Amino acid sequence: LKICVLVKQVPDAAVEKRMDPNTKRLDRGGEPNLNPFDTHAIEAAMQVKEGGKADVEEVIAVTMGPEGSERALHKAVSLGADRSVQLSDESLAGSDVCATGYALAKVLESESPDLVLLGQQSDDGECYTIGAVVADHLGMPSLTQVIKMDVEGDKLVCERQAEYGYDTVEVSLPAVISVGDAINEPRYPSLKAIMGAKKKQLDKKAAGDVGIEADKVGEDGSRTTVLAINPPPEKAAGEIIEDEDTNETVEKIVAWLDERKLIS
Amino acid sequence: MSGILTYALHYEGAINKNSLGAVSEAGKLASELGQEAHAIVVGGDDLTDELCATLGNYGASKVFRVKAPEGLAQPVVDAMAKVIGEHGQSYALFGGGLLGFEIGAGLTARLGAGVTMEVTAVKVQDGKLVAERPILQDSAIVDVDYVGEPGIIIGRLNAFETQAAGSDSAEVVDVEVELSDFSTKAVMKQRGEQRGADVNIEDADIIVAGGRGLGKAEGFELCESLADALGGAVAATRAVVDAGWYSYSAQIGQTGKTVAPKLYLAAGISGAIQHKVGMQSSENIVAINKDQNAPIFDFSDLGIVGDLNKIVPKLTEAIKAKKGG
Repeated sequence: LKICVLVKQVPDAAVEKRMDPNTKRLDRGGEPNLNPFDTHAIEAAMQVKEGGKADVEEVIAVTMGPEGSERALHKAVSLGADRSVQLSDESLAGSDVCATGYALAKVLESESPDLVLLGQQSDDGECYTIGAVVADHLGMPSLTQVIKMDVEGDKLVCERQAEYGYDTVEVSLPAVISVGDAINEPRYPSLKAIMGAKKKQLDKKAAGDVGIEADKVGEDGSRTTVLAINPPPEKAAGEIIEDEDTNETVEKIVAWLDERKLIS
Repeated sequence: MSGILTYALHYEGAINKNSLGAVSEAGKLASELGQEAHAIVVGGDDLTDELCATLGNYGASKVFRVKAPEGLAQPVVDAMAKVIGEHGQSYALFGGGLLGFEIGAGLTARLGAGVTMEVTAVKVQDGKLVAERPILQDSAIVDVDYVGEPGIIIGRLNAFETQAAGSDSAEVVDVEVELSDFSTKAVMKQRGEQRGADVNIEDADIIVAGGRGLGKAEGFELCESLADALGGAVAATRAVVDAGWYSYSAQIGQTGKTVAPKLYLAAGISGAIQHKVGMQSSENIVAINKDQNAPIFDFSDLGIVGDLNKIVPKLTEAIKAKKGG
């Protein structure tokens, strides 16, 4: 079994994110990090590999991103991936969901994985959708927001919460599965793994290397355009109490509730 | 090309409330555009003529009915791609929910179409639809235009209001769809399993909700005592329901319940968008969280930065005392 894990570099959660008013794209400045949701996908891959129910040859971390996005790959291999692939090309800048999904599918195709795992959402942009876009391009079954995944022969038995409760779905491999953060508790990388991460194989690929057609990616290949960026409707800021003396804090809360006739 | 095609999810013979909202929105937008609103349903025998035709009440003039496995996205992608291929609708619309995200995304790939998700409003501009999407924890809203057709619009939970326009019944058109090979490779084994006790939170005037910040399942005892004192019900976030700490029937948000009580007191809840969409219409929102940067403080009326383990028990006692006195 060959497992590819899609990972993404995102600006650190602690940095205030903003849109660049000129390009109308997300300003990706600030200390970059591996999307926290992706660490669950890597952990899920490692648990399949170590679980003994499937013979996993390789776990490969795959990303699409500009120069510098190697950081996310280094983190991914420090968490257990065997090697990594970085798709990086100027022509990809400004790709929307449609174009990004296509480009990721092309780089994945070049690895012919039996299982593609990814986190259910990214910290910084499109939510939930990339897995299903990639799956349709690859012609694979897919399921998102999976919180339990067991390998049974050439199938996966997956559980997830959907609109009407918990669903159990059997998915034949090869497949694309996006995992929810409840699926596992990601391990911390060992110091040795962190030190060794840069030594693991990292293949850099340009768009042409994986057969990406130039007119399907970047701004030209995107099917949406941002017309305007507006502030959200004004909302009166709420009152904030820093709890220093808890008795006093509680008094304030009770008074606040009582004023609104919420204690009766 | 013209028209809007809306996917209507159903379960056990009833159309999903968010789907009805989306069908209503499509009806409204289509009439502004001078076009038709169509709906599509995918499933088994519970999709009766009568049930399908009722979508006319919400503004659909035509309902395409496809017999295929339900509850999974890819058969619906096949069905919608076929209908759009034959009828040339300019837009595909989805109400909030998990399946809409998956189907919309699959359709994006299949048709090479633009997609916008978490959409909170749609407007007509120069004869086209423009989607409004909040980004970056709702700190900005972008207006998104589509290049080419169709454009795919995935709504946020509760974004679209359900409006029964009248008593028109829609024309029901059966469509045969040959499923893609890979669309049959995911098979539903069990659907809609309820985990945990069945509780009713939708009628409560006061809700005390707990999240991961409670630390462990037993942490809910704090919420229960406080809810008892206030005369309210206890609710939970998805994270703790997935972790098995609390009942699914008490879950707020994206794949759970939507509530709007007089008081919503959130303990140890960070306030992710998926949670926010299920409770943001509450009259008064009080949040207790130890992380001063938690997004919930951006939309609470009273925020307390502190340790809930210290604050909640004392608050419970104070409220009991107040009520007793």
